[in-house]
Amino acid sequence: MSNRAWLFLIPALVLLSISAFIPLMTVINYSLHYIFAGSAPTYVGFENYVEVLNDPAFLKALGRQMVFSLMILVVEVPLGIGIALAMPRKGKGVALTLVFLGIPLLIPFNVVGIIARVFTQSSIGVVPEFFALFNYDYNVSLHTTDAILTIFFLDVWHWTPLVALLCYAGLQSIPDAFYQAAQIDGASAWKTFRYVTLPKLRPVLIIGVLLRFMDSFKIYAEPLLLTGGGPGDATTFLSLHVARKAESYELGYAGASSIIYLFIVIVFSYLFFQLLTNIGTGENK
Amino acid sequence: MKKKNIFLILYLIALFVPIYWMINTSLKTDNEILKGLTFFPKDVTFKNYVEIFTSPLWRTSFLNSIIYVCLNVIISLVAAIPGAYAFSRWKFRGDHHLFFWLLTNRMAPAAVFMVPFTELYYTMHIYDTHLAVALAHCLFNIPLAIWILEGFMSGIPREIDETAFIDGYSFPHFFRKIFFPLVAPGVGVAAFFCFTFSWIELILAKALTVTNAKPVVVTLTVGIGAEGVRWGLLAAAGVLTIVPGAIVVYFVRNYMAKGFALGRV
Repeated sequence: MSNRAWLFLIPALVLLSISAFIPLMTVINYSLHYIFAGSAPTYVGFENYVEVLNDPAFLKALGRQMVFSLMILVVEVPLGIGIALAMPRKGKGVALTLVFLGIPLLIPFNVVGIIARVFTQSSIGVVPEFFALFNYDYNVSLHTTDAILTIFFLDVWHWTPLVALLCYAGLQSIPDAFYQAAQIDGASAWKTFRYVTLPKLRPVLIIGVLLRFMDSFKIYAEPLLLTGGGPGDATTFLSLHVARKAESYELGYAGASSIIYLFIVIVFSYLFFQLLTNIGTGENK
Repeated sequence: MKKKNIFLILYLIALFVPIYWMINTSLKTDNEILKGLTFFPKDVTFKNYVEIFTSPLWRTSFLNSIIYVCLNVIISLVAAIPGAYAFSRWKFRGDHHLFFWLLTNRMAPAAVFMVPFTELYYTMHIYDTHLAVALAHCLFNIPLAIWILEGFMSGIPREIDETAFIDGYSFPHFFRKIFFPLVAPGVGVAAFFCFTFSWIELILAKALTVTNAKPVVVTLTVGIGAEGVRWGLLAAAGVLTIVPGAIVVYFVRNYMAKGFALGRV
């Protein structure tokens, strides 16, 4: 039987080898060389890695990225669950809510960036005018917190619907009988959520948390368009930092930092994957 | 029950504010945008839209995006459907690890992978074609599609397969006539997510195209910077980027509702 399974996986594996494995090998190759435009690359072993790990700009971008990604998980996941719980389970409202939730997801990243620019332009944007009512001088190109929070809220706006849609799919798979049983047992709303809903949401929550974690690491166009990574380097998240190096053809540095990036994301995703797969499995049985 | 509805309605309104603002901006004249804050366009103008529709550059960019996105959805589904079937039906050595490995493909930082992608597609002679972008987007869409479809397929009892084979169905026949109709809503959901992620991707699409397959997301970026930012035009283009997706959502909405009701993504 197992041979047959591999046969079915051939198309996916072949396509992913072309679009994942070959580029990955190339990037690893870059990371081990000193590459400068015009001259032949020289093999330098792990020197690029040492350079990256001692580069304060890289470490700061990484720290910023970790804080940002954790903030996103802490806000978007509970909010997404809340929205999914509030959505109608049957009837005409279902399709309508799904359409509404689907629309933000379809907006390209740079359009989101443009929306942000229009919103935050001083004197013509809604946000600065709103804060001016409270005598607060909101300015994304001057104030660090303003810029970071703007990008954060932008991401919450753009991607919470994804978490909500996934959770909604998970909720729909819970048979009504489960809730009736909980009601008969006299379980409180919180207990029903904790012991009936949440365990059943586990598979979709794993997907949701992992998707949001790994995709939040890729945040690039929004800070680039809003402030170009500024003020200073306050919104230069990891992807932006690495992309700049690649764009200036420092391929050795860019390669090494991508491999470190990939390593960190894989390790954390694996930890989340294990944690969410196993957490609380003892007490529910 | 009431409180729940109020929360949902408030959320949906909040969700719509930025979109409304883009529509609002797109219907204003550049003059009005720069003069100050207005919540409704004073004199509605369709000039920005007319400019986009009459410009061959914008028109071909929209068409390019639609072509490679559809191509990507087809390729991703064709590869993911059998793959997901394998994961949902058989236990095999290393399946758990393979599943996680599939996910790691989504994690690759596109910003750096674009360099080897460019080299690879040059060598394959498909640089600056729709196929190049469609193949590159498989990197994140095939894993996602397999993931979603595996959930739907696991929800369909194995007995259905077994009964069909006892009844003498050949595998392709069974797959087409019995299995596929059962997972169709799931395929709809997977197609929607593949469409979305391919449609909004910027970095790879930008790196892999020059002129022949230049997508609308790239054309949009070009509009920023040169000769001052034309907010009205960009907003109009932004609104138009939502339209094809919105049409897709509208047509698959019942599929989605059914797909989501089938549950266990």
